[in-house]
Amino acid sequence: MADPDRPPAKDASPAPDAAPAPETAPPAVPVVAERGAPPPPTGVLGFLVRHQAIIVPLVAVVLAFAIGAILIRAQGFNPTYAYQLLFTHSFFTESGLLATLQKTTPLVLVGLAVAIPLKVGLFNIGGQGQLMAGGIGAAWVGYALRDLPAALLVVVAIAVAVLFGAMWASIAALLKTTRGVHEVISTIMLNSIAVGIIDWLINNGPLSDPAQPFPASHAVPEGARLTPLGVLPWGLPVALLLAVVVAWMLNRTTLGFELQTVGRNKFAAGYAGISATKTTLIAMAMSGALAGLAGAFELLQIEPYRYQNGIAGSLGFDGITIALLARGNPLGTIPAAVLVGAMRAGAPTLQFQVGIRPEVVDVLLAITLLMVSLPVIAKWIFRRHTVKQTQLAGSWGA
Amino acid sequence: MTQTTSEVRESPSSRETLLEIEGLSKSFGTVHANQDISLRVDRGEIVALLGENGAGKSTLVKQIFGLMTPDAGTISIKGDATRIKDPKDAIRRGIGMVHQHFQLVPVMTVAENMMLGHESAKGGILDLDGARRMVKELSAKHNLAVDPDAEIEDLPVGTQQRVEILKALSRKADLLILDEPTAVLTPQETDELLGVMKELAAAGTSIVFITHKLREVLAVADRCYVLRQGKVVGGVDDLSNTTTSDLASMMVGRDVVLRVDKAEATPGETVLSIKGLQVKDDRGLPAVDGFDLEVRAGEIVGLAGVEGNGQRELVESIAGMRPSVGGSVHLGKDDITRSNAHDTNNAGVGHIPEDREKHGLVGGWSIADNLVLNRYDEPPYAKGFVRDFGAVRENGVKLREEFDIRSPNVDVPAGSLSGGNKQKVVVAREMSARPRLLMAAQPTRGVDVGSIEFIHRRIVEARDAGAAVLLVSAELDEILGLADRIAVIHGGKVVAEVDGKDADRTEIGRLMAGDTDH
Repeated sequence: MADPDRPPAKDASPAPDAAPAPETAPPAVPVVAERGAPPPPTGVLGFLVRHQAIIVPLVAVVLAFAIGAILIRAQGFNPTYAYQLLFTHSFFTESGLLATLQKTTPLVLVGLAVAIPLKVGLFNIGGQGQLMAGGIGAAWVGYALRDLPAALLVVVAIAVAVLFGAMWASIAALLKTTRGVHEVISTIMLNSIAVGIIDWLINNGPLSDPAQPFPASHAVPEGARLTPLGVLPWGLPVALLLAVVVAWMLNRTTLGFELQTVGRNKFAAGYAGISATKTTLIAMAMSGALAGLAGAFELLQIEPYRYQNGIAGSLGFDGITIALLARGNPLGTIPAAVLVGAMRAGAPTLQFQVGIRPEVVDVLLAITLLMVSLPVIAKWIFRRHTVKQTQLAGSWGA
Repeated sequence: MTQTTSEVRESPSSRETLLEIEGLSKSFGTVHANQDISLRVDRGEIVALLGENGAGKSTLVKQIFGLMTPDAGTISIKGDATRIKDPKDAIRRGIGMVHQHFQLVPVMTVAENMMLGHESAKGGILDLDGARRMVKELSAKHNLAVDPDAEIEDLPVGTQQRVEILKALSRKADLLILDEPTAVLTPQETDELLGVMKELAAAGTSIVFITHKLREVLAVADRCYVLRQGKVVGGVDDLSNTTTSDLASMMVGRDVVLRVDKAEATPGETVLSIKGLQVKDDRGLPAVDGFDLEVRAGEIVGLAGVEGNGQRELVESIAGMRPSVGGSVHLGKDDITRSNAHDTNNAGVGHIPEDREKHGLVGGWSIADNLVLNRYDEPPYAKGFVRDFGAVRENGVKLREEFDIRSPNVDVPAGSLSGGNKQKVVVAREMSARPRLLMAAQPTRGVDVGSIEFIHRRIVEARDAGAAVLLVSAELDEILGLADRIAVIHGGKVVAEVDGKDADRTEIGRLMAGDTDH
């Protein structure tokens, strides 16, 4: 697909200026000479610059696996064997593939929940909290309205989850637009607040199922459980479709233009009559809705179909890795989510079959995240060869 | 006593020469920011550098402070003509500079800021007491009251500036460069600063004072140099017999007005009507203060004024980008006082913003997208909420041709264009919408001569097509060349209105300087 953020390629040679000022008549207003873009780099560097949207994430992943190999070797295991086992299990066994795709579903959604705000210049760290809000919403409605017809119950539970996620994210957006609170701070705090509230709800609170030996909500009725069709979880096509919809929205609609204009130059956006307040609220609400939907699928399509501690895992945070790995591109979240999903799904096998601690996957993902943050550094190196106007979010996501 | 040559008569002074510049030139590409500049500053003197924006004042002092290297010429400090390597070198040689934008850390105290860069320590621990003592001693010595323990962000701007001056003095500066120090100050703070400058000079510190405010020059300076288009076009050795009009006529020059061919205006009905408008600046101080003006269809009204007299706030307020706190703005019969930028634009206001990089363009979007930046959601550029790239591109191709935008195609990012071509993109967008009111703020700032002509011709064409044009410019030449009627803004209100034909440059210069006495 066309990447609008691709640095200027060969057609961006410096614009020939208007008639040069004759020596005898300097311009009425002498100013620092403004120059057009420098000529695009050629050769190997040019190739790297043109394709950095793909090369940077690939290099990040390869480097992460290389460093991971050293760590596995240090534990006395064969890294080639470990990786082979990891991916064979994740992609070529039935249970492994199902687990991979079950992980991929929410990962695509939370990846999008981080990618959209990046386009507006916002960094949503709150995917985790928004996902949890959605999950607990689905758990609450799924049990409270258990007498509804199953199909209707699923729809209502998903709708409530989407709404809860959107509302949770909107708190951060409102704090930002009304009080100027930075969204990184507020979303991190809202993550902790979500943990605290849910802990109470399922421990001794109104949603707790006392029959369970550990804190948990009631399970949703059997009819409302989205058991997979073979290896295909119900949520996956929905998530993939939404990735396409988000890509379309960003690149083809007026709303997408508004969101990205604010992200690229909020002053020009103000001049053009695009409200930064409105775009902030919309982008965060959409993100929250997507993360909330991820929470609904976590609850409705994976055993034990009830909310208990740990069902959110670190999905929300993996979403950050995925969005950055995809460089903010909505369609890019799909391969990124498949990769992360496979690593998460295969981690237990490493332990059972080889004895490698599953935390090695956490380390791999952490290194990947570190490496994809390199675009900030890469951009700095490539700076002279790319279009100016790099904003922080731009260098992460765009 | 006014001379318009570049040689300033040697004053019969036996005082030590602190700074001497000879034949200094600096170019950026084809633009000559400084050309063959020579000047001198003696010990204990206040020397003003006077000139409009873009005259080359800042470039000149940046070279003195080692921030830029001259292309030709010498800068001697106390007779030493070796090249000034960097600001550190300049400071070591006794030069201190107070920038327009303060170089202070807001969350640190005055004493901590004073230490920054040359921290002294006792046994590995910062000697804050020493710094505090130093602040107290210096502020007592120079009569600059500052609390060493106050945090910078809590201090008013005038006091922050005082800290900057103290900082320079603490580095043993005997030549102080103040770059438009009064631009950010309230009138009271300005008076205080001028007092401080006099005291410093009396105590032997030399001051280079950059400004475009004539009254301040007359109030404190011993001598002054006038810069225009990168050259020293005049100097005054004895300011006691000089008036603001003398200075104004030197500052705006006597060059031939950039010729713009235009027919007599045939003004129609009133399009823009502003009554008693009040707008605050970013600091919350009144910037536009009871502004009245009418602009009719088919005429160009030029708003002349020294920058910082409320022009920016006025334009932003009309455009719906900044709320007003009083008064009204009508476009025809419509009240647009409280309209936002989107509605104002829809009502028929075209706006060429002062800062095209900041407001006028999104560098990352293509030229075609920038050409519909404020119409992206209207047909034919969007059908419902889906954008029509065919129509956007078609419009881009058409306007690129019509407005002579020099680019390989309309798909390249606007950020890759040269200044003149960027401005043509903005002009093309705003004019192609056929606005009822066209507001052009500094429309030719920083663009090449060819583009200036082009843009001027387009503005006249818009007028002839029946648009009301409000031209805001710090370039008096531009105003005189284009405007059918000239309003002079000073202190946020219109102080005079004159017919474009009878406009006298010196008279307007005087009015711009706020001199309305006779």
